[in-house]
Amino acid sequence: MTLRSKQGPQGGPASGKWADADLPTRREFLRRFGTGLLVWVVLRDTAGAEESEAAHPVKVRPKPEGDFNAFLSIGEDGHVTCFTGKIEMGQGPVTSLPQMLAEELDVSMDDVSIVMGDTELCPFDQGTWGSMTTSVFGKVWRAAAAEARAVLMDLAAASLQVPVSQLTARDGVVTDSKDATRKVTYGQLTQGRRIERRVSVNSDLKAPGQFRVIGKPLLRRDSRDKVTGKAKYAGDMRLPGMLYASILRPPASGATLRSADTSAARKIDGVVVVEQPGLVAVLHELPDVAADALGKVKAEFEPSPSRLDDKTIYAHLQKAEVEPRISTQGGDISTGAARAVRRHDATYLGGYVAHAAMETHAALAHVEGGKATVWASTQNPFGAREEIANELGLPIPSVRVITPFVGGGFGGKSFNLQAVEAARLSKATGRPVQVMWTREEEFFNDTFRPASVINIKSGLDADGRIAFWDYEVRFAGDRASERLYDIPDHRTLAVGGFSGPPGIHPFQVGAWRAPGSSNNAFARESHVDQLASIAGIDPIEFRLRQLKDARMERVLKAAAEKWGWTPGKSPSRRGLGIACGADAGSYVAAIAEVGVEPKSGIITVKRVLWVQEMGLVINPAGAKIQMEGGITMGLGYALSEEMHFKDGVLRETNFDTYGLPRFSQVPRIETVILDAGDSPSYGGGEPAIILTGAVIANAVHDATGVRLLELPMSPDRVLAAIAAKA
Amino acid sequence: MPDTIDFNLNGQPVRVSAEAGRDLLWVLRTDLGLTGPKYGCGISQCGACTVLVDGRAIRSCSVPLKSVKGKSVVTIEGLAAEGRLHPVQEAFIAHDALQCGFCTSGMIMTACDFLRKHPKPTRDQVIAGMDDNLCRCGAHVRIVDAIMEAASAMAGRTPS
Repeated sequence: MTLRSKQGPQGGPASGKWADADLPTRREFLRRFGTGLLVWVVLRDTAGAEESEAAHPVKVRPKPEGDFNAFLSIGEDGHVTCFTGKIEMGQGPVTSLPQMLAEELDVSMDDVSIVMGDTELCPFDQGTWGSMTTSVFGKVWRAAAAEARAVLMDLAAASLQVPVSQLTARDGVVTDSKDATRKVTYGQLTQGRRIERRVSVNSDLKAPGQFRVIGKPLLRRDSRDKVTGKAKYAGDMRLPGMLYASILRPPASGATLRSADTSAARKIDGVVVVEQPGLVAVLHELPDVAADALGKVKAEFEPSPSRLDDKTIYAHLQKAEVEPRISTQGGDISTGAARAVRRHDATYLGGYVAHAAMETHAALAHVEGGKATVWASTQNPFGAREEIANELGLPIPSVRVITPFVGGGFGGKSFNLQAVEAARLSKATGRPVQVMWTREEEFFNDTFRPASVINIKSGLDADGRIAFWDYEVRFAGDRASERLYDIPDHRTLAVGGFSGPPGIHPFQVGAWRAPGSSNNAFARESHVDQLASIAGIDPIEFRLRQLKDARMERVLKAAAEKWGWTPGKSPSRRGLGIACGADAGSYVAAIAEVGVEPKSGIITVKRVLWVQEMGLVINPAGAKIQMEGGITMGLGYALSEEMHFKDGVLRETNFDTYGLPRFSQVPRIETVILDAGDSPSYGGGEPAIILTGAVIANAVHDATGVRLLELPMSPDRVLAAIAAKA
Repeated sequence: MPDTIDFNLNGQPVRVSAEAGRDLLWVLRTDLGLTGPKYGCGISQCGACTVLVDGRAIRSCSVPLKSVKGKSVVTIEGLAAEGRLHPVQEAFIAHDALQCGFCTSGMIMTACDFLRKHPKPTRDQVIAGMDDNLCRCGAHVRIVDAIMEAASAMAGRTPS
């Protein structure tokens, strides 16, 4: 995806009729720059380790290639073009990354163009996930700009014959601070020169007090393309002679193909059929004709071996024998339990949840002459490149993956099956092939957020404090499971990691926006709320008395103050809930007001306040959009989204049955970003979803006295819980 | 034998040679090269494929090509007039009323038809009018804000 600034050179990949119009190799691209300044920056070892260690299950974790991570160039016209392997899927780096460069380089945002997710032009990247674009990658990115600025200042010092310390830079112009008439532009400095710098990250970044661009709320830079239909997604790419593929899928997860009779489909004019092991596809120059032709294929399948359904899955996960890993522990559980005067144990459940990005997986592949070029909707272009190379038996550099705009990912576009399918079909047919999954295929092939079970044993001591905390998370991983509270005798066990051993789940599972965090926050914060209720203490007061982290305390207090919280013991019948947590280095607290309709079991969320402290914020406008988006998306897993299934067959295959949040369900939302002084940046996109389930569950309890222990809190579960209490 | 269907597309007359029963969405996206209308579900549930047919918001994934014969079809590509963005487009930009942008063209086309029918809407009317369009990124609040602002802007432009 290339987003040109207003003042940048026009034309190029985005402007051609065909996807491959003006598709330069890196070599051609650099030659085209001719003279100018090119800066490569090498990621420090520590930052690299930070990024690769982030728990993110992917099929292929791409191996770093080359030795640089950020790359930018300044042309003779002073125009900056920057290159990153990160991708834009709505989360906003198309704005925030140029914003960082504009700051460190002292150029106008209008002078920065960005190229994202093209494995040929952009430096290697692990993948866009884990809320790390700003928090981890941002440091390298800013360092590249700082290095470029340092080079330019040296050149300016020589040009103007004054020391660097006497120079100031603004909007791409360097001025002698003692004589404002003496100035030189970045373009003039690089004219006729070709300067290449390759540096390790060690640069002096600007301090927050010096910021002119970072921290300023900026509107998205891709809006104009997106409101006019110009923005291209993988399914919008076209090549001459291309075919559209419809792929045969099994009726159930785990079902295998016994036989396929494609004779009727082959009779349709223009249809091409590919039958390979694990891949039967019908192709045509028109996608709808291909889809109709697939309907004529008669196939028989061996049934799925799975005998699980959405009710029995929890007993299956609960009894699965997997060695637990101790995540944290301190003191001694039995000592704490002996001190407890009130015990409270509970089990929290969460079902499978789909990613359901509005854009289904799509890819256009052109395999020709020992090379493959693939336009793919992916969060992981370098992983896709490796997967395709492995599948086709090509060397990795012979595969180029280009990522256009991605229509939502949320973790679901980290695997690249559709890109591999398109590449295989292109190789088989000798023509460019586009694969764009139907919504039904999207649900079928999704890597769901895993179903999970969380068991908590706990107790209160005589002073009304939590005496012990014995926490076992099964198959959600331990992200955001930190207990946050000062409990002397505690243990957190993680069983099976995030996705569990192979075969534990009847479907593929994968990262879903803040993997595991929403499940852990739901369990912990629901449980703490119950302990507060048992102790007869206001839930905020109860938390504040035991919080051990100053950042968390500050965020929670800010939420209470902003809301105008008046203390009350839950259930107060006001329908107010509170929850707090930490994720991706950021701290969040939420307060919600709900109403519960006792006859229908429908929960109405009326108002949500969300306070987030995420360190240095590059673009506060973009950060707020992410927070609102997280809260809104979270309503789904909290209230309505779940996969029902039996024997590998999914009941939800489209949006007629899978309940995404709708306009009429969205509450009044207030977001507050707390200033964090000189702190570094932390994650922004994921923390904003982790509390939605917990805060609504706590508000429902406050409204009704009924505690819901299973997500989503669908009307039938609300009614059942009310009936059970009565 | 393909059929010949004449209609007006984004202000220009077009003649399409295609099977009359094919879904309009695929004819637009493939035969006519207009990829602004998106495929999201194929069963009229998400609204990403919405276009205007004689001013009315229609789910192009679920109507046949022949249904637009002799009619006027506007896609997101044809909404801006003479290089000037439609007030709804302007308002979406001003309110950052999108993230990934995949639902955006359908949202905007739906909003245009809604505002034609409700030139002075209340916020609740906007919410009800948009309720059958899905957005996964959670831009809902901003989309409602944008439509409210577009309504004001349009009311100012054409005094009633």
